[in-house]
Amino acid sequence: MRSIVLTKGVPDFSDGAVSFNEEGHLERGKTPTVMNPNDAFALEAALQTRVRHGGHVSGMSMGPPGYAAVLEEAMEAVYTDDSYLLSDRELAASDTWATAITLSAGIETYQEEIGNVDLLFAGFKTADGETGQTGPQTAWALDWPIVTHVIALDIDPDERLLRAKRLVEGDVDEIETVEAPLPCMVVTDPEFEPTYRKASHRLTHKRLREETQNRAAAHDRHLTTWDHEDLNLDPDYIGLDGSPTIVSSVDPIPKAPSEREATMVDPADSDGMNEVLGELAPYASGANTAEGGD
Amino acid sequence: MTASQMPVLTLQLEVTLMTDASETDREHYEAVVVGCGPGGAAAASRLADHGIETLVLERGMDAGSKNVSGGLIYAEESAPYTVDDLFEGFREEASERPVTDYYIHNVAGNKVKSYDLTALHQDDTDWCDAVLRRPMDSWLAERVHEKTSETGGGVLTNVRVNGLLRERGRIVGVTCDELDPIEADIVIAADGVNSELAREAGLMDWEDPNEWFQGVKAVVEMEPDVIDDRFDIDEDEGVAHLFSGDLFEDVRGGGFLYTNEDSLSIGTVFHLDSLVEEQAEPHELLDALLTHPLLARWLGDEYDEREYSAKLVPDSKKVAHREPYQDRLVLVGDAAGQMQAQGPIIKGMNHAVTAGALAADAFAVTRGNADPAAAGRRYTQMLENSGTMDKLRPRRYDLARTVGERDRVTDAVERVLDSRVGSLAIGNPIADRVLQRAYNSPFLVSMLPDTRTGYVTLPSIIGEEHGRTLHWESSVEPPTLDERIGDLTYDTDVGNPHIEVRDTSYEASGAAVYACPVSAEDFGGGCYRSEEVKRNGTAATVVSLDTQPCIECGTCAVVADTEWEHPRGGKGVEFREG
Ligand SMILES: Cc1cc2nc3c(=O)[nH]c(=O)nc-3n(C[C@H](O)[C@H](O)[C@H](O)COP(=O)(O)OP(=O)(O)OC[C@H]3O[C@@H](n4cnc5c(N)ncnc54)[C@H](O)[C@@H]3O)c2cc1C
Ligand code: SF4
Repeated sequence: MRSIVLTKGVPDFSDGAVSFNEEGHLERGKTPTVMNPNDAFALEAALQTRVRHGGHVSGMSMGPPGYAAVLEEAMEAVYTDDSYLLSDRELAASDTWATAITLSAGIETYQEEIGNVDLLFAGFKTADGETGQTGPQTAWALDWPIVTHVIALDIDPDERLLRAKRLVEGDVDEIETVEAPLPCMVVTDPEFEPTYRKASHRLTHKRLREETQNRAAAHDRHLTTWDHEDLNLDPDYIGLDGSPTIVSSVDPIPKAPSEREATMVDPADSDGMNEVLGELAPYASGANTAEGGD
Repeated sequence: MTASQMPVLTLQLEVTLMTDASETDREHYEAVVVGCGPGGAAAASRLADHGIETLVLERGMDAGSKNVSGGLIYAEESAPYTVDDLFEGFREEASERPVTDYYIHNVAGNKVKSYDLTALHQDDTDWCDAVLRRPMDSWLAERVHEKTSETGGGVLTNVRVNGLLRERGRIVGVTCDELDPIEADIVIAADGVNSELAREAGLMDWEDPNEWFQGVKAVVEMEPDVIDDRFDIDEDEGVAHLFSGDLFEDVRGGGFLYTNEDSLSIGTVFHLDSLVEEQAEPHELLDALLTHPLLARWLGDEYDEREYSAKLVPDSKKVAHREPYQDRLVLVGDAAGQMQAQGPIIKGMNHAVTAGALAADAFAVTRGNADPAAAGRRYTQMLENSGTMDKLRPRRYDLARTVGERDRVTDAVERVLDSRVGSLAIGNPIADRVLQRAYNSPFLVSMLPDTRTGYVTLPSIIGEEHGRTLHWESSVEPPTLDERIGDLTYDTDVGNPHIEVRDTSYEASGAAVYACPVSAEDFGGGCYRSEEVKRNGTAATVVSLDTQPCIECGTCAVVADTEWEHPRGGKGVEFREG
């Protein structure tokens, strides 16, 4: 069984760590990067699979070189065997689409160079972007099935099947059990709980923890960094150039209306009054409610 | 295609309810050891020495986090196994100070007569060290894990064994709160006092308070050089002080003070039946010791209590099981009642170590035998042949007890002692020397009947007649029960209490209100409370229980009518010192 967990770094939003500038914008440079909190559940799911079925778990992340620290954190937390960082200036400013293309290229490169992957784990949404799209898009790019909102997981290695319990959100929380063939992508829900009901599993867990301490201390030796050439990616399709979604700006919440500019018109000024009426005409006819309709 | 147009592919394949394929085949280990105190650690270590695949299950979040002792661990010259035989480096790495001086103080009011008991202490003693259980047991567990990992097993914490796995009525393994059932060729129950496994097998019961002691203890912070100074010892020396007499009114029992590296262990050990009869509050008895002027010179002005703890202690003279096995189950240590109170000297840990190692050897030599009880039978023989059983449960005690504890005899002796004649007899200078010798006789001490005479009357007469008067007062102010509970660490299993009161009437369960070390009459923050209720027009006193502050001592399992279990793995109180 070979798994990859996808993880990314996010600004540490915890009190005391996070830093905002005067306009209320996040100061990325001054805020430390930590592992996306939701990725912890994905990591737990990967660890559970490793403990129960043996095999190998790799951590993978796309981002600046500093994300190596996030992969190291993953190694310490859930005992990944090694880490792969997809990092390149060309990859900067990727949206979820370009990220998914890059990650799928990372996985394909991994399969060519390291070995076939049975399971790909990702956490549910990142703490900074909150789109929840990267996971599904990556699976789509790989043409793999994806099971989302997973709260419990079991693998049947002989049948090459995955069985999962999903939390289906609706009015009432429903739990549904699904099966999917391997290879498959698993997106864990924050409700995911690993279970270890066999003594041998708990002993393995303990052994992995002991083995990992030394490995994580020398994380650099277990880290592979791939750039766009290693990944065989055309710069036109990745990074900012390859990103169809542009977040033009993130608007701060508008200030109170009293601060808006008002045009003063003297009722005696007929030109001025005509202009005002011209502006109001579309509303009067009901044709336009979109513009300026506060 | 933009991101918002992306189809989200969620493959919802056939919904099935298949069982985990691995649930059908049960796990099996050659040996399962329940509990990783000294008994379990010794058993597992020895099993690993024999190359046996051994799984150790410990309910604490760390070995030692549930355990309390005084505690002095003895290495007896006559014992087949001692802890340092099995664990190299034990004394350097896991224990506190060695005991180089040993005294008993006979107290009558503020008069005290002290005897040097070093001779008794040294009898059959190769060495003896003070220990704190959290550091000691977690050190042992690490060694055990290293060893057992090599033979295909290991130590798991946070797992509570909750029963015996049976097949056609025969014990074949264990069941746990946290794990699926596990089969084993041998189950070694080293689960301590209040062993749920021994109870389930019907080998031990929790009925008679007369068969138990209750130990209560405070660990008190003190800088190493202050200890050296106040006790007049070198850094590699330590002292043991024992206390008896009227310090504790008429409750039978005594107190102890041992020096650790940077703390003191101060505690009391009382007969549980006596606590119940006298309706004594254990924490008040401990406070009586802590605030006695005798301790003032050692404790000084700053009293900083690190931890308050308590636990039941079985009395091997009465309960050590002579055949502690059934099918594949064998009991070692406190679980089998192997806790020897040799007068004031308490020996439980050393016997647990011996018994654990013997049980492992017994299994090793009978391995492959078709009879599932072969190991248990062999273990029983080994306990006898090594002389261990005779120390634990001397046959001569059974004889002495029938005489000594008969009320009429006790009454007569008490009357003589209380009279002027008795005091004069004990009070003369020759008697003083004889008494010190008598106290130092292991034989006499092991014969002392469990009456007031040995614990209260005699020591207080000695104190009164021979003692010197202490003319100073103690300034020690021990914390309140509320503060003591507040200082402890708990991981409460909310909504899942591990004890339930079966009969809430005061007659059936009221004793717990005062005998529980974290409860007291008129204290609302403890486990047990009594309250007046009106039932059918008549007022009755009933008992209610909140297990949150419980320190899992086991007392109410014996003195009240309860359904009593340990909390599940990792839950409940966590001792840092022990
Ligand atoms: C106040 C006091 C003073 C004492 N003084 C001394 C002294 O000076 N010298 C001395 O030698 N002895 C002393 N003793 C006695 C001594 O502590 C015991 O005899 C000794 O600890 C017994 O060892 P054991 O291995 O049998 O049990 P324990 O040390 O009690 O170990 C039992 C272990 O089993 C675990 N366990 C229990 N139930 C389960 C379960 N269901 N599933 C999994 N794990 C479980 C427990 O968490 C624990 O770790 C004293 C006791 C007390 C209370
Ligand atoms: S509730 Fe029972 S077991 Fe808990 S501390 Fe009180 S007497 Fe001991």
